[in-house]
Amino acid sequence: MEALISLAVKAIFVENLALSFFLGMCTFIAVSKKISTAIGLGISVMIVQSITVPANNIILSYLLKPGALAWAGFPDVDLTFLGLISYIGVIAALVQILEMILDKYFPPLYNALGIFLPLITVNCAILGGSLFMVERDYNFSEATTYGIASGFGWALAIATMAGVREKLKYSDIPDGLQGLGITFITAGLMAMAFMCFSGVKL
Amino acid sequence: MSQTRKQLLVDPLVDNNPITLQVLGICSALAVTSSLNVAFVMSLAVIAVTGFSSLFISFLRNYIPNSIRIIVQMVIIASLVILVDQIIKAYAYEISKTLSVFVGLIITNCIVMGRAEAFAMKNTPFNSFVDGVGNGLGYSLLLMCVGVVRELFGSGTLFGITILDPVNNGGWYVPNGLLLLPPSAFFIIGFLIWGVRSWKKSQVEEREYKIQSLEIH
Repeated sequence: MEALISLAVKAIFVENLALSFFLGMCTFIAVSKKISTAIGLGISVMIVQSITVPANNIILSYLLKPGALAWAGFPDVDLTFLGLISYIGVIAALVQILEMILDKYFPPLYNALGIFLPLITVNCAILGGSLFMVERDYNFSEATTYGIASGFGWALAIATMAGVREKLKYSDIPDGLQGLGITFITAGLMAMAFMCFSGVKL
Repeated sequence: MSQTRKQLLVDPLVDNNPITLQVLGICSALAVTSSLNVAFVMSLAVIAVTGFSSLFISFLRNYIPNSIRIIVQMVIIASLVILVDQIIKAYAYEISKTLSVFVGLIITNCIVMGRAEAFAMKNTPFNSFVDGVGNGLGYSLLLMCVGVVRELFGSGTLFGITILDPVNNGGWYVPNGLLLLPPSAFFIIGFLIWGVRSWKKSQVEEREYKIQSLEIH
């Protein structure tokens, strides 16, 4: 249990997907102009992330790993090279299913999050989360924790960024830095602030 | 090479750079720039993927049903990325370790999808290929610029060859450790955008809010 909590804290603060691995930057920059939309997108990323990472973990351990197909009678098959294509397939399919379920059973939530869901398929934070899960060899419970925590970290980063940008638009910025430039520099300052967490150990 | 093709190749370098103007593909760009070797391999991988994915998608553009085009494009891109990933693992294993997940993330690199969707679906294969390579080059140019600053001032080397002799080797240069850490990449790109936009005034973004000038009567 302690290991899982420390994993979660690490994924949220120390190894924040947006600010220390630069994942999901395109949406991070593009959709952080208003706090309300940023929070909506953040929550959708968190939901999708906490479903896809464990799902991909199951796919990896029962279909792709060397020897994983032993239950089907193929103990020597190694399908890891198909990893990338299956993860992205799982993500695309799950996002689609989630969209349909939300549409059917939770219409208000669908109306709030609907526009972001297609965006999430090509959000690198989602694929990145699954790939880090593979690279670090997480087991199922670790993968679930990592999925939820890293999604939360991303949501936290984009919500904070939107807060800063809502105030920032009233400031007098040099012409060339207007918009994109100053956003990058703000993100840099935030990344520096988040680095202070790197000393935190549980 | 005809005029338009040259245009397709050169235009994305500065005038219509995918990173500084279109804000595409920054996701995987920043993390791989702390050393030039890695940035160089990553650039080659991205150029290959954007070029060939545009080429193949353009070949198939009249056969892809509109409703499932995203999935088809995704599958083509993912297959190409798997190829590139396997090649890098085979011939540059050390670098593939440092690149870690970022080669895989080329799949979700918005430049690749963006070019497939915006250009390759409507144009002939050769033009699409040139456009893909051009955008890949625009991305690489920025990647290399950031890489040069980060490696030269962060560890005093370029491509691993010592240029500025660092202090701990008995030299004179005190390396700036911040440049090897993630935040510096944001700053460098921010300043690069500032530079490009002061040069090309037309890229400057509209202000959302103007500070009223004070009139003295």
